Amino acid sequence: MSIELTVNGRAVSVSVAADTPLLDVLRNHLDLKGSRYGCGLEQCGSCMVVIDGKADYSCVREISAVAGKRIETVESLASHPLHQAFLDEQAGQCGYCLSGILMSAKALLDRNNSPTRADMVTALDSNLCRCGAHPRIIRAIERAAAALREGARANDLREGARS
Amino acid sequence: MSETLPLSILNNRRMEKWVRFQPDRTVKLAVGKVEIGQAVLIALTQIAAEELDIAIDRFAVISGDTADAPDEGSTSSSQSIEMSGRSVRLITAELRARIVDRLARRLNCSPSDIDVLDGAFLLDDEPTGHDYWNFAGDEDFAADIAGTAKPKDPADYKIVGKPVPRRDLAAKISGAGFIHDIVRPDMLHARILRQPSREAVLTAFDEAAVRRAARGDFRIVRVANFVAFVGDDETVVQRAAVAAPAHAKWDKVRKLTPAHQEAAWYLTQPSDDRFVGDSVPDAIAGEVVSETYSRPFVAHAAMAPSCGLAEYRDGRLQVWSHTQGVYPLRNSLADILGLTREQVTVRHAHGAGCYGHNGADDAAVDASVIAMQIPDRCIRVQWRREEEFGYEPVGTAHMTRIKAVLDAAGKPIDWTCEVWAGSHVQRPVYGGNMLTHEALPSPPPAPKPNDPPEAAGGGGTRNGIPLYDFPAKRIIHHLAMTTPVRTSSLRGLGALPNVFALECFVDELAEKAGMDPVTWRLAHLSDPRARRLIESVAERSGWASRGTGGNGKGLGIAWSRYKNKAAYAAVAVEIEVDREVHVRRAWIAADAGLVINPDGATNQLEGGLVHAISMTLKEQVKLDGAGITSLDWDSYPILRFSEIPEISTELVHAPNEPTLGMGECTFGPTAAAIGNAVKHALGVRIRDMPLTRERIAAAILRG
Repeated sequence: MSIELTVNGRAVSVSVAADTPLLDVLRNHLDLKGSRYGCGLEQCGSCMVVIDGKADYSCVREISAVAGKRIETVESLASHPLHQAFLDEQAGQCGYCLSGILMSAKALLDRNNSPTRADMVTALDSNLCRCGAHPRIIRAIERAAAALREGARANDLREGARS
Repeated sequence: MSETLPLSILNNRRMEKWVRFQPDRTVKLAVGKVEIGQAVLIALTQIAAEELDIAIDRFAVISGDTADAPDEGSTSSSQSIEMSGRSVRLITAELRARIVDRLARRLNCSPSDIDVLDGAFLLDDEPTGHDYWNFAGDEDFAADIAGTAKPKDPADYKIVGKPVPRRDLAAKISGAGFIHDIVRPDMLHARILRQPSREAVLTAFDEAAVRRAARGDFRIVRVANFVAFVGDDETVVQRAAVAAPAHAKWDKVRKLTPAHQEAAWYLTQPSDDRFVGDSVPDAIAGEVVSETYSRPFVAHAAMAPSCGLAEYRDGRLQVWSHTQGVYPLRNSLADILGLTREQVTVRHAHGAGCYGHNGADDAAVDASVIAMQIPDRCIRVQWRREEEFGYEPVGTAHMTRIKAVLDAAGKPIDWTCEVWAGSHVQRPVYGGNMLTHEALPSPPPAPKPNDPPEAAGGGGTRNGIPLYDFPAKRIIHHLAMTTPVRTSSLRGLGALPNVFALECFVDELAEKAGMDPVTWRLAHLSDPRARRLIESVAERSGWASRGTGGNGKGLGIAWSRYKNKAAYAAVAVEIEVDREVHVRRAWIAADAGLVINPDGATNQLEGGLVHAISMTLKEQVKLDGAGITSLDWDSYPILRFSEIPEISTELVHAPNEPTLGMGECTFGPTAAAIGNAVKHALGVRIRDMPLTRERIAAAILRG
């Protein structure tokens, strides 16, 4: 069957069985390899994407359940401050968990660009990291949040100058 | 001279195996060590860029490739910078010297008159018109490496010692970068029905039922007790593999019980007994004190289940793997498949960090067996999560009993560390078996017990000899003849359980002597590098005001020198205990000699600490029935973001000391520091890992 959804701002249509996991559709039908298979059990967060603004697992979610929804994957973050912040902090070791973590962080920062450490930990507690890069990851999200706030402030100033 | 050269050079003497100048003014650096998340490739590149005086951006690194890179064995045991780094330094210093000497003869000057600026040669600060790319000749690369050139003085370093960012991270957070992401032409997806245990025989298989469950087209490849589902659609073969175990009947399946999952099981097993250290005295006067500590079986638990790709075309097998040793894997594949080594190429591709021997090699064998049945297609095998937890080799359970004889002043005058454990290393080069090989028509015999030799740091004996100033020390190692499930390398081998035992026992001796644990350590330790680290974490953690404890809050300290010859680390942890142990703050001090990349080093120190907290508090592989029953992240929990302490790290600046491998140095001290902090917090000692809620409750009841 043909299912339509929006992925990273682009309308796409895929012809797959209705119960195909969203993760398989992203990786194998849309060639978006950033969302990763870790457990297929909604336990580790490697497959995390943002669905209609909310971070969610993609490994079990059936494609028919996300028809018409907006999906964001790590491929959409190339120019987002999170991307540069993770490089600046060298926030990772093996890096396998990072794309899921970036998406959890993206959903957090979209709703709150001044998260406390507790907010960040809560947002990331669905994501596992085996290498122990957690402290750097938290620092990277803090850095990205600061960049977003700075961007928002500059934007406000511009708006103010115009009005 | 050559006997002092690193093994990496002795096994790969030709310069051209390591370095080539490319026509586009880049440099190809080929190394045998691979990137497993430790940022070793950027560190090795820094060393080469430093010695050659070429900008680091000009380097392209090839690593772990049996066609294009040198054989440096496995990437393990914190050897990448210590050994491979030393090799790269000697090699690039020699290449520079060869070329500069020749240019000096041409220009009639002294080699020391020639400077190098980003690969261009200057004489008296003026361009000579010559650079590495236009002046190096075949003769520079064809000759054997002598290893006698003098590398730069560390005081002159401009790139080494700087936190140069690694290059692989950008790809990994942009969408690709892992073996799992490789797409080859004509690729087929595959999943495996695993033989439940060695010698198990598949007696019935309901293929129709599996096909109904899969709802799509796929092939079934069967070779003896090896069964694979292979097709174009990954979703379909995954469904087949999930359904298959319920439709397969096996005979001669191993039977385990929960008793097998405890280290104490080894006490009842036949063993190959080994002895290391000072001989046992006939009689020695003094008080005998002894305690026993243990760690259970533990999983690598990498975030990514293993993956392997293989193509068999025109009589040649090409394999991609996240193995830690491409050459050993190539040799195993050739042996298992009846090919010559020349017919097989193994290339490293990045996987998830696993800190040891997980399913990577086995997945590559899976893919290769299928590729031999379906030639001219690329076969991609992806293990499932339950397959990774259920079939990867695990770190062996390990029991350590320490017995000290004390003189009248309470000082140990005789020290015995007795270890019961299975093999800590069963890589095929140590006589272990590839999983798939055991399912094929001519399976290999059961592996014999084996462990790395003492010269390589030992396995079960690793860090069993204390570095304190005791007059007589020894290890009695009971290496079990068999293990209930396959065991192999996991970060530090026996170092973590042995340091946990040693450094907890030291606290117990201090308490018995009525001494402060830090004071006790310093009183029995003369190595200044170790003393400095202990003093550092004691001061930074506020040790002097830690109080008598017993109020649910604890501060503990421990240290070790990894393998008794690699990097030193001391760790202090501050914990709170309610029903569970929470590590709130941690302080690290480490001395790894010359540090190539301090940011990468800090990442390793802190990552090792987090990994060790996880192992100490939570991790145990559960055994029952046919094998491992902890098959997901609920039954094998690891530390989460909400459980990560605040970490403060001090890295000693010691540029004139040789580089010491440091990827594993915080691992053992962290475990022991937690054990000691729990005693401080609760007034009771827990000697068996993991320090779970149940063990805490039991210890409190015991008093």
